[in-house]
Amino acid sequence: MKKFAKTHEWVEVEGNLAVVGISNHAQEKLGDVVYVDLPQVGKIVKKGEAFMSVESVKAASDIYAPVSGKIVEVNEKLSNQPELINKDAEGEGWLVKIEMSDPAELSNLLDEESYRRFCEEES
Amino acid sequence: MFPYVPHTEQEIREMLKAIGVDSIEDLYKDVPMTVRELNLPNGLDEFSVVKKIKSIAQENVVVEKEKVFMGAGIYVHYVPYVVKVMASRPEFVTAYTPYQAEVSQGTLQALFEYQTMICELTGMEVANSSMYDGASALAEAVLMAHRINNRKKVLMSEAVHPEYVQTCKTYAQGFGLNFVSVPVDESGATDMEALSKLANEDSCAVVVQQPNFFGVVEDLKRVREIAKDTIFIVVAEPISLSLLEPPGSFGADIVVGDGQPLGITPNFGGPTVGFFATLEKHVRKMPGRIIGQTKDVEGRTGYVMILQTREQHIRREKATSNICTNHALMALVNAIYMSLMGPEGLREVARRSYANAHYFAEKLKEKGFKLRFKGPFFNEFVFFVDENYPHRWKKLFEEGFLAPLPLEWFDRRYKGLALACATEVNTKESIDQMVLALERGAR
Repeated sequence: MKKFAKTHEWVEVEGNLAVVGISNHAQEKLGDVVYVDLPQVGKIVKKGEAFMSVESVKAASDIYAPVSGKIVEVNEKLSNQPELINKDAEGEGWLVKIEMSDPAELSNLLDEESYRRFCEEES
Repeated sequence: MFPYVPHTEQEIREMLKAIGVDSIEDLYKDVPMTVRELNLPNGLDEFSVVKKIKSIAQENVVVEKEKVFMGAGIYVHYVPYVVKVMASRPEFVTAYTPYQAEVSQGTLQALFEYQTMICELTGMEVANSSMYDGASALAEAVLMAHRINNRKKVLMSEAVHPEYVQTCKTYAQGFGLNFVSVPVDESGATDMEALSKLANEDSCAVVVQQPNFFGVVEDLKRVREIAKDTIFIVVAEPISLSLLEPPGSFGADIVVGDGQPLGITPNFGGPTVGFFATLEKHVRKMPGRIIGQTKDVEGRTGYVMILQTREQHIRREKATSNICTNHALMALVNAIYMSLMGPEGLREVARRSYANAHYFAEKLKEKGFKLRFKGPFFNEFVFFVDENYPHRWKKLFEEGFLAPLPLEWFDRRYKGLALACATEVNTKESIDQMVLALERGAR
């Protein structure tokens, strides 16, 4: 079950790991993704801080950490295939896996339905 | 004298009244006095100005090209007349920064060709469309190395141009970088043993110059072997690159240098242009502007600025550098010069420079002068002079020579040494005259 941040990242929990990506709505807004600036494994991130960026043809967008913790894995495929984000943002196009330091933070995120409504209101 | 200001006294009074100020002085009262009180003389009419400027210009001493024996970063080469003619075309001279690709194809294509030639010359994969000059290009290269590996120790060969080193230190302020000097050995090249001792997993970058400040050719292969996991930066002299193996073949990560020798006259030391080349894998960490080749919807070739997300007009706080412009006109001069000379022409310039410098060195040795270093050199070399030489240099200047550079002007440690230079513009006669003049003064 995915949860979403208002900055358009999604989180899916696997044990104490949070798989993080950007929403399908976000990739549509970005347009063709040409480069993903992946962070270093081992990097400590805080909820709400910009920790990496995704570049599309027109702009570079910061990605904000939806939860705090340590980055334990990055999606290496994106180095050579950034377009995976456009193809499958909420699956194969995942960005990083974060070992959560405070799983309680998940409760501040939106469920799929609320996120959909939030996007409608936003546009 | 009428000062060519179109407003009448009455109009000025009306405008001041409209904004509620009494006088022009009041209008400018927020400007500090130091700026306002420049004590400038009164204006002159055009005729008098021309006369005055002419008389000042007559005080300039013009040294004949073949009597210039100073290099140290700025070199006199022959510039074909057509270079100036081409580069003076208004389409280039007055071109606005080429953000709108559809109206800037000419400028963009010229810069794209320039980048291609710089890649060929340096043996690298990508080049930007130029920086301000060689020193700032090196400083940017050091910062780029820091962006790549986040380390702080920069190993700087002592045989890198002192002014380049100073520029690096200025740029690096605020990044907390630590510059460590790597000494020079008896051959005049960077001391490889010392480098081995200093290079470790903390090293951010190692910087050497090719040929180095003393004119000596460095062993780039050895530097790369020693500094395995470090960003390897080479400051290269572009003319020598057509004779020497390019730094790209030795695994350099970044190659920078000053493009002045490629068709730009010395201009009192500037403006010049810096070139900057690197490997594809580092391209997103590279500063400056990059031009790319693409196709339009109808499949026709076109040129555009690319990878602009690295630049400050997209995301200022995340920009790779605060330079997101280039020295377009000077880069264009480089491109015109290189395309005119071609690979063979450049090689000939390099070969003649090499031959003249070596003839000069031989002649000096015949007259009893001693060279300071044993290493192979390209078109510059260091030799011993007496304590009095800096004073004598001025005398030689009065005789019409720009004689070899007294090195103590750069660093007191180099007292008693001079840096000589020759290029293709020197002649056997002018070299012989220079040697005789140096010998006369040395007695």
